[in-house]
Amino acid sequence: MAAQTQKSKKKPLVPLILTGAVSVALYVTLLMNQDIVNSNFARGGLYAFLPIITAFIFSFVHGNFTGHFWSALGVEASKKKKEVK
Amino acid sequence: MHDVVAQVTNFIHLDAANVTYLFLVGFVGGLVSGFIGSGGAFVLTPGMMSLGVPGLVAVASNMCHKFPKALVGSLKRAKYGQVDVKLGIVLGISAEAGVLYGAHIQENIKRAFGDAGSNLYVSAAFVVILAVVGGFVLRDAWKTYKTGATHEEEKVTKLARWVQSINIPGTMVYFKSLNAKISVLFTIPLGFATGMLAATIAVGGFIGVPAMIYVLGAPSLMASATELVIAFVMGLGGSFKYALHGMVDIRLAMIILGGSLFGIQLGAMGTTYVKPFMIKVVMGIIMVIVLFSRALMVPVYLSQLGLMDKLADGTVKMLKSTSFAIMIFALALGAFIVLKAMWKGRKAERLAAQESLAHSKV
Repeated sequence: MAAQTQKSKKKPLVPLILTGAVSVALYVTLLMNQDIVNSNFARGGLYAFLPIITAFIFSFVHGNFTGHFWSALGVEASKKKKEVK
Repeated sequence: MHDVVAQVTNFIHLDAANVTYLFLVGFVGGLVSGFIGSGGAFVLTPGMMSLGVPGLVAVASNMCHKFPKALVGSLKRAKYGQVDVKLGIVLGISAEAGVLYGAHIQENIKRAFGDAGSNLYVSAAFVVILAVVGGFVLRDAWKTYKTGATHEEEKVTKLARWVQSINIPGTMVYFKSLNAKISVLFTIPLGFATGMLAATIAVGGFIGVPAMIYVLGAPSLMASATELVIAFVMGLGGSFKYALHGMVDIRLAMIILGGSLFGIQLGAMGTTYVKPFMIKVVMGIIMVIVLFSRALMVPVYLSQLGLMDKLADGTVKMLKSTSFAIMIFALALGAFIVLKAMWKGRKAERLAAQESLAHSKV
């Protein structure tokens, strides 16, 4: 039972670390290559897809990370009120 | 191509202080929009401009952080059953048209009256709309609080009941948040107005959320959550439009997003702890405070246009910084109310859990 509780407590840490690492990697890549990013993302025309795709990728990775982050800190939604009537 | 090169040189140099500032403002903005469905943009856009970002790049970059933020927020709130996707998409599409029309009006005003004329139009729109709608929302929240009906189910307004009673064949659509069929001929102008406001003052939700509550009859929690879907649809289209002209500074957008995704998760969770009227409280308070902030700027633009005596440089500077400080205060106060309400809700829940545990032991 104790082992099971420990396991369930540890569980959110793995996705937290994984998504956190990918999120940090994304931000480091973006900020380390500012010149390349600026010159290509602002070209307009078909290059307009670059910022849009980037925004989707960041929102997926970083959005999952921030969700796991608050869960790991024990901040969760209310258990009482799950649905609006 | 020449424009693009000029634009790239307009992208500012980022240092640690800039990044921290954008991240923090993003966090607070995200927290508020997770809760009321919008907000943050009115501080973020001038905030970026204060760092030296050109106006259009600031608007474009803000929009490019808004749609991914709204996506994450709406997915989170959909888990709590608060999102009406169909209503969000229907309103979002007409809002997109409103954004395009609003931007067109802005361009015409700028061409005819210059920057000061455009700024005066934006501030006047802020003052009039926030006074009427914000005042109404806050009055309604105050009435609910005073009558002690905070626990009761929200009442559908007379106007919404009338809108729901009108049957125009061929235009009726069922929306789960309203639990009724309404004609899209009512949703189209509301979405359009939301988009026009978004193009003018950057926060379409100040029209969208009250319209869903008072005109269509949606519960506050569902209206604020559905606003996130509208913001996603509007933000995606708007970002693409600006990106086509190379206006989006993706670094700025992603740094703000970095902070705002922490905030939006928290704000969305906050809605599960509060009574629905709190949405109106936070929204009304922010709207009324922002109204004062913009009203302070009206004399500045009037004097620039020569419609009143010229103001001294010191006075202009003081009015500008006071106005910006009031806007930051509005956002911070909104965030404080959300966090406090969430803290109280969590505490009450923990106490109730402990009590029930103690009872079960007895």
